[in-house]
Amino acid sequence: MAKRQREEPQINSSSMADIAFLLLIFFLVTTTIANDRGLSLQLPPNPDDIVDVDIKIPERNLFKILVNSSDKLLVEGEPLEDVTKIREMIKEFVLNNGRDPKSSDSPKDAIVSFKTDRGTSQQMFISVLDQVQAAYYDMYAERVGVTNEQWREISNDLSDPENKRLYDKGRGLKNGQLEFPMNISIAEPSKTSN
Amino acid sequence: MSKFKKKAKTKQEIPTSALPDIIFMLLFFFMVTTVMREVTVNVKQRIPEATQLRKLQRKSLVSYIYIGEPKKAGEFGTEPKIQINDAFADPKDIIQWVNEQKDELDENERDQLTIAMKVDEEAKRGLVSDVELELRRANARKLLYTTIQKTED
Repeated sequence: MAKRQREEPQINSSSMADIAFLLLIFFLVTTTIANDRGLSLQLPPNPDDIVDVDIKIPERNLFKILVNSSDKLLVEGEPLEDVTKIREMIKEFVLNNGRDPKSSDSPKDAIVSFKTDRGTSQQMFISVLDQVQAAYYDMYAERVGVTNEQWREISNDLSDPENKRLYDKGRGLKNGQLEFPMNISIAEPSKTSN
Repeated sequence: MSKFKKKAKTKQEIPTSALPDIIFMLLFFFMVTTVMREVTVNVKQRIPEATQLRKLQRKSLVSYIYIGEPKKAGEFGTEPKIQINDAFADPKDIIQWVNEQKDELDENERDQLTIAMKVDEEAKRGLVSDVELELRRANARKLLYTTIQKTED
């Protein structure tokens, strides 16, 4: 009896690390970190519901970006090699406020028109759209005095009233109308080639 | 010399008793972040890179469309295809699919349905725009082109 009492019952825990390792490796292999991040976009309404009205938009308020089937850029009628230049060009165009008679009247009237070909690659489309959105996010961010990254953080979470206030201020929301809308018109691709 | 001898006496072992705890911590991290794949993606997915990423807040409101070349080129050819759920689809199937997705949501959240498009960078705009047109018809107008953060140089 005395002998039994001296023995302390113990579970051998030296293999615990091995079990944990096994589980860890299982989750390491099966895991896919959620990457729900990307360029967000609002599509226009159903084309069947839109009544065909001929709206004349003055040439000066349009910033035209064309991409052909071999991913070559034509910006405002001029060929362009470097996609990243679009960002500054759009900022200049939108913030013109009527100074240059060839550029936009006001940010409200400015429209970025983006037309691709059916043969344009998605990669090219994304890199141009990225630049256009970057230009607008930069301008919004500047209006509320934050950085581009902070602006996107703000617009990700509008449930916070302070974020919502900044978001509306950046986009110039007045009486239900935006004074600084992100007017990106993505036209239906042309069918010149495949 | 005596100083060196003294040093040699001290133990040179790293205590390993905290190792299981570290492993457990890693384990819990992966257990929490893991998302089991619900569908097998049958199309190539080389996701393009971009800088101006936005995050989606609520996963329950997101539905996915995959576009790219079929992985089994021998069986399905090399033309990019649309995959929704587990099968290949045509653009005309999208309206019905969107309505099914909307039915799964609460009534007041239906207009917040976001479509995440995972498009291979080699896919052509023609096919993608056909999908967009159908999404407009189906009145699912919140769209996200899934991209990867570009490391700025």
